Amino acid sequence: MSGLSPLSLVYAVLSYAVTAVFFGGLLHKLWGYAVTPNPLNIATTPAPATRGGVIVSNIVNIATFSSLFKGNRWTWIGGYAFHVILLAVFARHLRLFLHPVPPLLVLIQPVALLGALLLPLPLIYLLARRKAVDRYAWISSPADYFVLVLLLLIGLSGLGLKFVSHSDMVGIKQFLLGLVMASPVDMPPHPAFIIHFTLVLMLAAYFPFSKLMHAGGVFFSPTRTMVDDPRERRHVNPWAAK
Amino acid sequence: MAKADFELPNIENGVRVPAIKPGAMAHVKYHPASEAHLSKTGFPANRVDNWKEVALAKMNELMGKYKSLQLFLDVCVKCGACADKCHYFLGTGDPNNMPVARQELMRKVYRKNFTVGGALFGGLARAEDLTEEVLQEWMTYFHQCSQCRRCSVFCPFGIDTAEISMAAREIMDSIGAGQKYTLEIIAKVHDTGNNLGIPKNALIGTLEFLEEDVKEATGVDVKFPLDQKGAEVMLIVPSADFFSSPHVDSLVGYAKVFHAAGISYTFSSHASEFANFGMFIGSYDNTKKIATRIADAGRDLGVKRIVVGECGHAYRVAYSFWNTLAGPFDFLDKNYPVPTHICEFTEELIRRNALTLDKSANDEFTVTYHDSCNVARGSRMGTEPGGQFEIPRNILKAVCNKYVEMDPESNREKTFCCGGGGGLLSDELLEVRVKGAAPKAAALKEVMDNQGVNTMAMICAICKAQFTKVLPYYDIPMEAVAGVHQLVSNAIQLGGK
Repeated sequence: MSGLSPLSLVYAVLSYAVTAVFFGGLLHKLWGYAVTPNPLNIATTPAPATRGGVIVSNIVNIATFSSLFKGNRWTWIGGYAFHVILLAVFARHLRLFLHPVPPLLVLIQPVALLGALLLPLPLIYLLARRKAVDRYAWISSPADYFVLVLLLLIGLSGLGLKFVSHSDMVGIKQFLLGLVMASPVDMPPHPAFIIHFTLVLMLAAYFPFSKLMHAGGVFFSPTRTMVDDPRERRHVNPWAAK
Repeated sequence: MAKADFELPNIENGVRVPAIKPGAMAHVKYHPASEAHLSKTGFPANRVDNWKEVALAKMNELMGKYKSLQLFLDVCVKCGACADKCHYFLGTGDPNNMPVARQELMRKVYRKNFTVGGALFGGLARAEDLTEEVLQEWMTYFHQCSQCRRCSVFCPFGIDTAEISMAAREIMDSIGAGQKYTLEIIAKVHDTGNNLGIPKNALIGTLEFLEEDVKEATGVDVKFPLDQKGAEVMLIVPSADFFSSPHVDSLVGYAKVFHAAGISYTFSSHASEFANFGMFIGSYDNTKKIATRIADAGRDLGVKRIVVGECGHAYRVAYSFWNTLAGPFDFLDKNYPVPTHICEFTEELIRRNALTLDKSANDEFTVTYHDSCNVARGSRMGTEPGGQFEIPRNILKAVCNKYVEMDPESNREKTFCCGGGGGLLSDELLEVRVKGAAPKAAALKEVMDNQGVNTMAMICAICKAQFTKVLPYYDIPMEAVAGVHQLVSNAIQLGGK
């Protein structure tokens, strides 16, 4: 790392630290979810009576947010739009970490760019929703607003980077690839990029300690992932075995 | 119409989502358990001195033992999909009765004591210590949850508030701050084998009386056998079926079905209770002890099958938990599910055309069916998902000419709890019970007004007791409440085929 500018050195160290916190925290949490036992079968019924059926119903729920759709269509519209757009924007950014860029990623760039343009809309909608309905205002804490505002700032700074202050994309890609390849190079000293990148690091560091863990936790929810077969197959409680 | 000394929700044209009224139900508190009941159920007889440390240690222990608790405390995004789904919120407007807010009562303590963010940022993260004030909130609002699981249907992550309220009650019990109603009943079932504390002699007397009564009404010798070794079936029913009305009419129905089918059965005095209140308080040990008592009774009597009566949470425990808690049931005939619900048993006989039924015997009734919450969302009947909805309805359609469905948004998978389940069927909680019954009362009122319904059939002892008590507040007569096998009893022709 010798020869890096002081700013680049700071950000290189920060990047590795945040990466360690993100993956370390994430794996620690997921490990906890995975190994903590289910003493009893608590599938919320009606539920599939086979493992295959449970896998299918979970894929459907995770891909479409079907239970939220059942619960509240207005929340579903905002929440679903946000997650789909986030996925597109995430895919769009992969080009900055891969060389050469896979053809599929090149192909989706225009669609993903549209997503990036739209990203602020569902976030503003979700923020307004928390303020507008008395029930949601009651349950919303500073942490709930913090995540939405942080995501909004990330989206806006990203758009600024793209459209307002044209940045050195080649330099940015070299910097990011350098980090990935463990041979850091200088960061383009571009304020818009520094702001955007700093906010993303904040989000990543915050992720494992927050409700954002729903992204991993959804795969472990016992009411949804357990098979409705307690009469047919004896579920053994690991900690009660005598 | 029963008179309320509190304001009733308006149930005309359905129950609308109320504006939030903070603290509206804060005054409804349970009666504390006595030293004797706490000791009998394995808990400290009085509030322990270092209760906060003990409670947090218990919470930590439960998070390590229950994936549900650990995960659910982390992953809620507070989207609010559950916020307007709880019958207690809909009936009271108290924001702490929104499932997400009820969970927050534990989550804020979790954040303070078990997360980095909560420890660092405190109030900003809405993290709070387990103070006396917070404990009082727990005592109040974790006993305004009937563990009906309706919220879990709509949650993107399947978070079930029942898991949180069960854990909270286990924590409260473990520091000696338990609820009288549930712990007194669990103490009774440990002592006498049933929740009502009915001694064996009284049970014998009741069953003899029922035999005479049915003989007088039908001229047929329908048996109500007790402790009969070698019977084919052991029948386990909620003890309310022996004494309460309308419960007892379903008990007569079960007996007539066994008589007509020519299958021998017996009750057990050792296990004269199907209900298992151990689940209400989240106590694995008490739930297991009560369940094991039933398995032991079946083994001693040498029966081949266990059939269970009309009871909701009890059926969830039996269906979902028995095999784990008291299994394997390898002494029983492998050809029958353990347990077999009485509705599965009766419906199979109906499908085989083994019962003679005169539907016109129920012509004075226009019947609808109430899906009991824990049967709907915590169990299954038959082999297909959703059998718990179809099988009781198949029976009703076979024994009644006039059958009407309630709004499916208030029934089936989305059914509203009666408002008395999960350890709330106690007088000091009457206000929350009456208000919590509003959504179901509204659905019933709608079919009463528009389709001439005068009877709501159900398969749960708590639903029956709760509705007969609270429906009169909404100008609905208690006679509208019926058991499914009460209607079977009316229609079944004995001495036929």
